[in-house]
Formats: sequence, C-alpha cells, structure tokens
Amino acid sequence: MSLIELRDVTRSFPGVPEVQALKAVNLTVEAGDYVSIVGPSGSGKSTMLNLLGLLDRPTVGEYRIDGVVTGVLDDDQRARVRAQWIGFVFQAFHLMPRRTVLENVMMPMLYSGVPREEREGRARAVLDRVGLGHRMGFHPPTLSGGERQRVAVARAVVSTPRILLADEPTGNLDEATSAEVMELFDDLRADGLTLVVITHDLAVAERAERRVRISDGRISELA
Amino acid sequence: MMRLLPRRRRPTTDAAAEPVLTAPVARADRFTFQDLVVEATADIGSRPARLVMTVIGTVLGVGALVATIGFSQTAATQIQRQFDAVRGTQVVVAPGSAQSQSGDAVATARLPWDAAERVERLVGVEAATTIAELGTDGEDAITAVPVNDPAAPAVASPRLVAAGPALLDVLGGEFVTGRMFDGGHEARGDRVVVLGERAAERLGVNRVDSQPSVFIGDTAYAVMGIYAGLQSRGELSDAVVMPVGTARVERALAAPGDLQIRILPGTGAQVGTQAALTLLPDGPDRLEVSAPSSGSELGSNVQADVNVIFLILGGIVLLAGALGIANVTMLNVSERVPEIGLRRALGATRRQIGAQFVVESVVIGLLGGLVGAALAVLGIVVFALAQQWTPVVDGLVAVGGIVLGALVGLGAGWFPARRASSIEPVSALRGGG
Repeated sequence: MSLIELRDVTRSFPGVPEVQALKAVNLTVEAGDYVSIVGPSGSGKSTMLNLLGLLDRPTVGEYRIDGVVTGVLDDDQRARVRAQWIGFVFQAFHLMPRRTVLENVMMPMLYSGVPREEREGRARAVLDRVGLGHRMGFHPPTLSGGERQRVAVARAVVSTPRILLADEPTGNLDEATSAEVMELFDDLRADGLTLVVITHDLAVAERAERRVRISDGRISELA
Repeated sequence: MMRLLPRRRRPTTDAAAEPVLTAPVARADRFTFQDLVVEATADIGSRPARLVMTVIGTVLGVGALVATIGFSQTAATQIQRQFDAVRGTQVVVAPGSAQSQSGDAVATARLPWDAAERVERLVGVEAATTIAELGTDGEDAITAVPVNDPAAPAVASPRLVAAGPALLDVLGGEFVTGRMFDGGHEARGDRVVVLGERAAERLGVNRVDSQPSVFIGDTAYAVMGIYAGLQSRGELSDAVVMPVGTARVERALAAPGDLQIRILPGTGAQVGTQAALTLLPDGPDRLEVSAPSSGSELGSNVQADVNVIFLILGGIVLLAGALGIANVTMLNVSERVPEIGLRRALGATRRQIGAQFVVESVVIGLLGGLVGAALAVLGIVVFALAQQWTPVVDGLVAVGGIVLGALVGLGAGWFPARRASSIEPVSALRGGG
C-alpha cells in the first residue's frame, strides 16, 4: 500500500473563467521516498502541497493516505491527521517571534498528543539533532536564516510525522545555508522519513531521487 | 468551554468504513483547558502599550460602576449614622388615644406612675423618665415676680412640665447652673423647679446661688437649676420642669403622661415591644410605642436613590470598553493570521483557535475588571478618609465588577474569535511571516 496516492485529482478555483490549478493528477509516493516537485511559479506547486498537506480538498478525484480516503474526514479529523502524520516546512519559516526556539519546537506537540512528560526531552533532542542545542533559549529574530529554517525543520519533525512537506524550504536562504538544510533533509531521509519538497531551485531538486515536474497543472515524472 | 462552532456532522459512513488513521491520544495528552489558557495568555503582555489601551475602557467602565455603587453605599451609611446617632437611642411610649364623639382625642390607656422604674429593668434601657405637660390657665401664669398689672400685655407662659429626676440623663443635656431635683424632692412633693435655658431667660433668672423663685399663679417655687443643650425634645428648653410628685400634689396631675426612654443603639425594636408589655401587661396594644427600627429605612431609601445617571454612564463607558477590546482583538486576529495558519497546519482545530482568542479577550476583560474594581475601591477609601467617613463597599460589588469585566471580554472576543476560527490555513500561510 502506498503512503500517498493521488488519483485523478483536479483542483479548480471558481471564477470567470474557472481556473484549474491541477488537472487530473496521478501521483504515488511510497514510504521512504524523497520526491521533489519543480515547476515555474503559477504552475500549481502550492496547490499540490496544500492538497498533500490536507490543508485543501480536491475538487475532483481521490487522495489516499496509507490507503485511507481522506475525502470522508471532517475538519477536526483532518486536523488530527495533520498533527500526527504530516510535518510542514515553509519558505517563510513561520516561527513565533516572541517564543523561544524551544517553545517553538514544543508547540506542535500540544496538538499531536505526544505524552506530556516526553515533550521537552524530545524537543531538546531534535534541536540537538539539527545542531541548535546551544540556541534553545534564543528568540527566532536573533537567529540567522539557516538557523531559523533548521528550527522550523525541528518543529516539523518533533511529533515524528510520516511525511515531511517542504514548500520552497531554501527560498529565503543563501547557498551555504541552503546546503545546511538540504543535508538535514538527507539525514532525515536516511531515518526513513518520506519527504516531498517543492522548489524551483534545480540544485535542491537534484538531491531527491524522484523528480516530478509540474507545468500548467499537469505533472510529469523526470528520469 | 463554550462551543464556538457547531460541531460538523460526521459524514455518514458505516462503522466498518470508518477511517483509522490517527492513533487515539490519552486524555491527559490532549489539548486541555490548561493548555488553552497557557497558549492564550502567553502573548498578552508582549505589547504592554497596546494592552493598556485595550484594557483602559474596561477599567473605566467597571471602575465607574463600582465607584458609583460604593460611593452611594458609603454616603448612605454616613447619613444613616448621623441620623441614628440621636434618633436611634430614643423610645417614646405614649398612651393610645381615640377620637371621642365630640371630636376630642381621649386617652384609651394610662401609664403607671412607676413606669420609669419598670422599664429601667429592661435590657438595653439606659435611663427613662415620664414627661407630662401641665396646662397653665390664664391665672396660673408663670412669672418671676407676681405683679398684678391689669395694663400689662398678656404674655405666653413657658410650658409647665412634670418629669422625673432622670430627665436630662434621658434627653441628653447639662446644667448650666444649679442641679436637678432628686428622688427626695419628688417623694416629698417639694415646691422646686428646674428651668430650660430659654424659659430662664424669659423669666430673668440666670443664677441660682441667690435662691430665686418663680411663681406659678401665686405659689412660689424654688429654682434649683437651669439646663441647656437638649439633644432630643428641644421644645423643653422653653419649659419649667417640676417633679412628678410635686405636680400630683400641687397641680393635681392625673396621669404620668408619656414615657421617654434612652436605649442602647440597636435595641430599639426589642425595647419597644418589651416596654409596652412591662407597662401594660393586660393590653400592650393600647400604648403607642415609637421606637427606632433596627435596620434604618432611611439608609435603604438613600441607597435606592443611587444615582441612576451615573450607572447609565458607567454602562456606556463599559460598552465603549467592550468595543475597544473587540477592536484590538480583531486587530490581533488580522495580525496573527500567519500564526493561526501555522497552528491549523500543526493540527489545531477551528474550535481550539477560536477558544484561544476568546480566552485571551476574557483574560484581558478580567484584567480590566480587576484593575477597575481595585481603583474604584481605592478611590472610595481615599474619599471617605478625606471626609472622615467610614468607607463602605459591599464585597460582592467589587467581585461583581471583576466578573463583569470578564463578561465584557467574553462578549467582545466572541466575534473576532469566530473570524479567527474561520481563517483557512492555506490563505494564512501564503504571504510572508
């Protein structure tokens, strides 16, 4: 059974004329895959990520996670699936500026139901793992871009999700710090995490073993 | 916790097809109310200036309401106290009266001669005396020197009153000169009198060491003293007072008149009932007792007059305060759209997001209520001290003010919270953050 399965998924936005961001997309991602999705802006990359992250619903078609049809889940159930299955990394980091690094990393565990007594230990362990053990009490605005994105990655994986969705994770970073984050992704991949990275940076895309190109709402697998 | 949104009905799938993606979470590890409060309050103090501006409306509104009620309570207590100080210690027992056929008032009862001694045994009674008005006919004019002058204009005589030796003890007052007659004069029926200060002035008597006399009709009475400063029954300062025993002998006094009692504060109702029973056990109803009631009607009247205008103004200010909170919470929601999107992406439900903003605004309202009530109480205390009054605030009013603040926060936070909970994570996460 595939971890992620999109079947004939179309997402259209109402309007005149109606915009079809994704057109009859079929995509299968196995557990442990490292997939990059590339494409020019406006090609439907973000729509793809929103659908995969259960933040949006397909207009037509079926999205299965681990064989379960997600279309029948209600809003609260989808929130719970997000909390336990999916980690997000955003281009803009989306860290809370007034909370410390440690607090930021502990936040998802509020919603994912990690046993209380494990939370702080886990957060510290993950921060050590991304190389920020010495920054736990800092506030995000005092960190460099690369450090911030590593905090965001730590936050994304602290609840041990099965899938990590990254939306232009290096979009705000320079080459050196991009490399830090990409190495981190390789490590996570080695631990068996499934990664889906959306990017327009070919260097980033090359790191993934599967590359999917999206153009005008249609996808094509690159060799 | 208040439910902000109607729970969405689950899609009707049969139990077998129910998806099982998520692992059940132990109750203790779910997003509890405690988590909610921590998350909602964590950022309240991060912008002190904005917090102050948010809270100030509630502070003023709650403060105005609590202060208005508190001031009126304090003032009412003060007024009540001033009145009660004198009035609360006097009981008057008079024989009941009825209208006769010819239209005159006739007494339906008579106090016993030893009325004062009887009631003095009651708990709460400090002193008692009977007071009887003695009529003076034209011939019995009260004068310092009997002058038979047909040409002299008729002058109204001072009142002539018979009372017991405890008179001044009961009414409050003191002797300017001389002393009160005592039980001996009373028992012997001696021809002695004491004068009220105005009566003394009219009669031209100002000292007693020269052993002056006044004449009632043709009979001379020795003046024993002159008193002044009555705190009750001020009309007696224009009276000539003789012992009851003397009045019975000389003036044919038929009944002891009214009984005036000075009591301890707060014993009015009890002494009133008991005095009537003691004096006329076979028919206490036939006596008219006027005693101060224990709870002052005056006080409650003043309290009912609590300035309605001020309450309305307080309410309006509070409404403005609520709008202030609603406004700022709305602003907070728009500013924190990315945070809301993030939380939703991390697995927060709509209700958890809504609840977070409601709790935040309830806490802000509570804070406003707390500060407002505290300032109001402080204001009342300072004002009362400046006036040398006793500050009186019902504790419930202060607590009510705090609760009111929280309710204002709840009302004000409801709409912004609804908006926050309806934000779609997709749109929220789009821009920068």
